[in-house]
Amino acid sequence: MIQTDNLTKIYQMGESEVRALDGASFTIEKGEMVAIMGPSGSGKSTLMSIIGCLDVPTSGSYVLDDVSVENMDETKLAETRGRKIGFVFQQFNLLARTSALENVMLPLTYAGFSGKERHDRAMKALERVGLSDRTDHAPSELSGGQQQRVAIARALVNEPAILLADEPTGALDSKTGVEIMELFQSLYSDHGQTVILVTHDSYVARHTNRIIKLSDGRIVSDEVNKNPIKAGTPRVEE
Amino acid sequence: MLFSENFKIAIRALRANKLRSVLTMLGIVIGVATVVALLSIGKGATASITSSIQSNGSNLLTVSPGRQQTGPGANGSQQASYLYYSDYQLLQRSLLKDVAAIVPSYQSAYLVNYGDESFSVKVTGVTKDYQETNSYDVAAGRFISDGDNKSESRVAVLGSQTAQDLFGGLNPVGKTISVKGVKFEVVGVLASKGSSGFGSSDDAVFIPLETGYNKLFGSTATYNDKKIVNSISVSVSTTEAMDTVSAQIEFLIRRAHKLTSSDELDFNVLSQSDLLSTLTSVTQTLTVFLGAIAGISLLVGGIGIMNIMLVSVTERTKEIGLRKAVGATKNQILTQFLIETVTLSLVGGIIGILFGIGMAALVTLSGALTAVITADSILLAFTFALAIGVFFGLYPAFRAANLHPMEALRYE
Repeated sequence: MIQTDNLTKIYQMGESEVRALDGASFTIEKGEMVAIMGPSGSGKSTLMSIIGCLDVPTSGSYVLDDVSVENMDETKLAETRGRKIGFVFQQFNLLARTSALENVMLPLTYAGFSGKERHDRAMKALERVGLSDRTDHAPSELSGGQQQRVAIARALVNEPAILLADEPTGALDSKTGVEIMELFQSLYSDHGQTVILVTHDSYVARHTNRIIKLSDGRIVSDEVNKNPIKAGTPRVEE
Repeated sequence: MLFSENFKIAIRALRANKLRSVLTMLGIVIGVATVVALLSIGKGATASITSSIQSNGSNLLTVSPGRQQTGPGANGSQQASYLYYSDYQLLQRSLLKDVAAIVPSYQSAYLVNYGDESFSVKVTGVTKDYQETNSYDVAAGRFISDGDNKSESRVAVLGSQTAQDLFGGLNPVGKTISVKGVKFEVVGVLASKGSSGFGSSDDAVFIPLETGYNKLFGSTATYNDKKIVNSISVSVSTTEAMDTVSAQIEFLIRRAHKLTSSDELDFNVLSQSDLLSTLTSVTQTLTVFLGAIAGISLLVGGIGIMNIMLVSVTERTKEIGLRKAVGATKNQILTQFLIETVTLSLVGGIIGILFGIGMAALVTLSGALTAVITADSILLAFTFALAIGVFFGLYPAFRAANLHPMEALRYE
């Protein structure tokens, strides 16, 4: 599903160069649930933006779903994002004054689906996250957990190859965070959805089956997590 | 993605900030309204001048005193120049071919009384043919006759407005009015010609020219003991003969005024079409000038739109980032913001057109002149508004479209 080789990203900050990513190589198979972990400044956000086709690497190769991404132009990248990546953000990033249903329909609109198909697909996605009774509510009328569910529905609505979540529980209280983690786990286990969680929190990371640790732009460990935490069990620090 | 989707997004964004949208539109509304109103008023002025000149008959040459202001030769060293009654007599003697009538006239404003009513009116001394050359119809009684001039009789013919002012609804024929103390018997009333661009031709009193010289005008109507006239109208029988007759008049009066060939003329020979084109070019220049001022206000409105859109792009950086993350291409973002500005300017343009039509209608109602609203001026204003929407929308839209998705998402 994802093959990267020697991914490097260099930002020019005035005079000095910043190597945000310094030769990251890994492969993620279809149907995996992976956490990309590291403290802030470790390069995980940069890695996420490259995996999510929001940015291209300075050097190195990235093949997503058998398609090479590193040389795509902006329009192609946008189309690839729309078709293959479902984003979930820490701050939900829902459009204000826009109903849950319309928020979920947004990616379909840009992908060019007809009105009826958009509606039906968005309703189905909202059902999958358990919000079929809140479709007409604006984000301001929903709780944080519900808003994140809408965001997850929006990420799922295009049936993406990868669900890419950036600190999805970071803005939620622990009880609601658990519910969201439960949802991710069920998407993975019940539907075979490829899920990549980007987090600094090892407790969240240990809900996944594989943990890739980043530090200073390099992969420092890439290990299978044999006993992932089942969402809902009490929090224990490492 | 469909255009209607983008349109919906734009409307939603504009409605989210209603007050801001309305204020932004106001610049365009005012600009477009002024353009439409000014163009309509300009067109109306031109039309009214044209119709009033055409009502005087198109084969008319008017000889009037004064130097023609042509080029740098027309300097400040001008002195008063006059046309004389003798010039009229000369023309009358010399011009025979292709000339239907020659009418001298002298006019001055006097206080005209009937009973307690008193008005300041333009009193014009004329001959019989004046009625025909100036296309007047007699509503009651008769016009000035040759006999009136010969016998210097104190008779007067009233314009319809003057008759109304002095006599109300009564028939003035047979009544006696007094002009500067001199009694005149009203022998006729003219039919209305309607108001013209510059003073009503219905607000007038006509008397025999000879009577005027001898009993009313006094010394003001003479210069060096020669009787002067304000103008000589020459009615030419055919349009083709206009140029020939005009040249003959110039030649005759030049000789009579003892001007050498290098001297400038001290009189003008103008045809109605000359007059028309002069006045029309004046009103057109004015219209263009005023339109340009209105155009500047449209420009300012456009800059206002650009300003607000730039603020809006900054405010919505996160939203743009999200739209890009879920698959919006550069072009789709560009289109979305462009539609917003175009919608703003078009809605502003339509409201402005309605306001402009309203302003033009108010001017018409006020009676100053009849504003003429043409499809041209509406189309022009509309196109201008649209162009401004696109022009001033492009830069903010490009800014939005070129935002880096990751940086936009992280923007706080």
